[in-house]
Amino acid sequence: MSEKKSEHLLEVDDLHVSFFTPAGEVKAVGGITYTLDEDEVMGIVGESGSGKSVEAYSIMGLLQSPGKVIAGSITFEGEDVLAKDKKEMTAFRGNRAAMIFQNPMTSLNPVYTIGNQLIEALKAHDKEIPKEEAAKRAMEMLTMVGINNVEQRMKQYPHELSGGMRQRVMIAMGLICHPKLLIADEPTTALDVTIQAQILELMKSLQAQTHMGIIFITHNLGVVAEICDKVCVMYAGKMVEQGPVDDIFYSPAHPYTEGLLRSMPRVDAESHERLIPIEGTPVDMLNPPEGCPFAPRCEHCMKICLQKMPPYVDVGEEHRSACWLRVQEALEKKEGGENG
Amino acid sequence: MAEKLLEVKNLTKYFPVKGMKGPGVQAVENVNLYIEKGETLGLVGESGCGKTTLGRTILRLHEPTSGQIIYGGETIYQREYPFERQADGTLVKKSVPHAKAVDMFPLRRKMQIIFQDPAASLDPRMTVGDIIGEAIDIHHLAENRAQRTARIKELLGRVGLNTEHANRFPHEFSGGQQQRVGIARALAVQPEFIVCDEPISALDVSIQSQVVNMLEDMQQEMGLTYLFIAHDLSVVRHISSRIGVMYLGSLVELAESYELNRNPLHPYTKTLLSAVPVPDPEVSRTRQRIVLEGDIPSPMNPPKGCRFHTRCPYATDRCKQETPVFKEHEKGHWAACHLLD
Repeated sequence: MSEKKSEHLLEVDDLHVSFFTPAGEVKAVGGITYTLDEDEVMGIVGESGSGKSVEAYSIMGLLQSPGKVIAGSITFEGEDVLAKDKKEMTAFRGNRAAMIFQNPMTSLNPVYTIGNQLIEALKAHDKEIPKEEAAKRAMEMLTMVGINNVEQRMKQYPHELSGGMRQRVMIAMGLICHPKLLIADEPTTALDVTIQAQILELMKSLQAQTHMGIIFITHNLGVVAEICDKVCVMYAGKMVEQGPVDDIFYSPAHPYTEGLLRSMPRVDAESHERLIPIEGTPVDMLNPPEGCPFAPRCEHCMKICLQKMPPYVDVGEEHRSACWLRVQEALEKKEGGENG
Repeated sequence: MAEKLLEVKNLTKYFPVKGMKGPGVQAVENVNLYIEKGETLGLVGESGCGKTTLGRTILRLHEPTSGQIIYGGETIYQREYPFERQADGTLVKKSVPHAKAVDMFPLRRKMQIIFQDPAASLDPRMTVGDIIGEAIDIHHLAENRAQRTARIKELLGRVGLNTEHANRFPHEFSGGQQQRVGIARALAVQPEFIVCDEPISALDVSIQSQVVNMLEDMQQEMGLTYLFIAHDLSVVRHISSRIGVMYLGSLVELAESYELNRNPLHPYTKTLLSAVPVPDPEVSRTRQRIVLEGDIPSPMNPPKGCRFHTRCPYATDRCKQETPVFKEHEKGHWAACHLLD
């Protein structure tokens, strides 16, 4: 068993996270299971409020009150992350797993220079490091993320940089202690397409150099197709489908994934086709429906969908889906096999 | 050719900056375009390129600095360019006659706008019914209370909301529903022309296509004309018959939307098209992508000559000196680039 555990960089098993608000319990994440290896990019796709960020925050131990992990486990290189105390968590964050955020302006400190903040990140994990050495490493990092004039940049404040430049600084800060896992929470959402293209290219090349595992949280399926090896699709806190990127795009096995793909216009489309939207509105997380959360919006909705959450069914290699349709198909297949 | 509903000639909008000499922020520079009746003209560009300012200036929500706006054959604004370009490229103010402009009030009934952020554009202290009803009141479109209520209900139904929603406040709605209220408000005065200023960027992916379809249906039914502003090229390409591409305040290319995709002429358009992520792993693995160096320059101090030359991979000395003219290179396909001469 212990041998099997060390195979993966990160293992998340049946994770449940809830927020205890005055209005009631919000089950932000309701049972998520996946593994991530080194050198692998996993995309987490979902709409706002689907729990994709909350899930990432719990890996980093950044969940704030009233949020709480109520069940499940997170294992990083064989160690139980949830069992770590505050001090161990501080050593874990930054050093072994780092996170970059959606809005670089609000995650950088406006009153410190870029250089100061990078050096601080280093010092937090190695108090003994001499100033010159730290400054040198900070400058190396900035060069690595494609910033020129590093000596001058080190003395600048975040407001003096453009959005794309700030996101590069955030990436540099995340990678400065050489973490094995990088969680990127919508790192390109606030950026323009041409700058987004730059950042995606940068992340690809950095990964090729460092072989870290990346969890890429986004709502943009185009970005997922671009950078991810495998994908986890979330809806209302539940993981509805998971699989290699090609399977998800070419043979989606959950109506929500299908709907998402169908509803998006493509820039390279040759003719005007009417979009097929997913009808209805996203789930109210305070009063989630019984059964499958997507059922009220699903065109294939059956009686059982409204009563019970479907189990995960393997529909391909490493490709799983939580949908009663797939359960039905699997059962028919099995019966057919037995009869034949 | 269909009738031109709106035409814009040499439209320029500068925002003066306090304590700074010269013209200030040059948000929109010398834009020429026309929109035919019943069509959708898309406007794309990165943030800060002036596409929203252009949309608002056309409606005279911002007063233009100079240029001409013609709506339905009538000039609604005209003024000469109030600056003179010196030899060193700086702009010095000169005196020009006052602008010729018409009273916008009757035109507000014909020209409407849907704003980007639905939550911020609805008054939080008014009920949805009053938000929609206010437009009806101002233009005296209902003879009595019953008619007003009936009209509000009809509009709510048109945008896919329930009639009992009229008594609720904006915060009780989701983002998608709030945007529907914004659309109902714009429709309340039965306009001909609507500027859609990023109407879907604040919405969730699964809701975006609902709103796009609704806008398309309304156009069909009511013969509306749209100026559709967005930064998401895939959506603009989907909804528009023609697309204009803006960079740093100038229109760099304008063409029929399939033509623009098949045969982009301007280097910036090529970059923009190649930078849009396609939701297809096979395509994104094989596709060639042009990645631009650097960031957009400040519109307070735009580069001389072609505004794109600082990032353009093909820039020549001429591009640094001379501003390219926006002209028709192929039928209906306009671009501003020296390389095409």
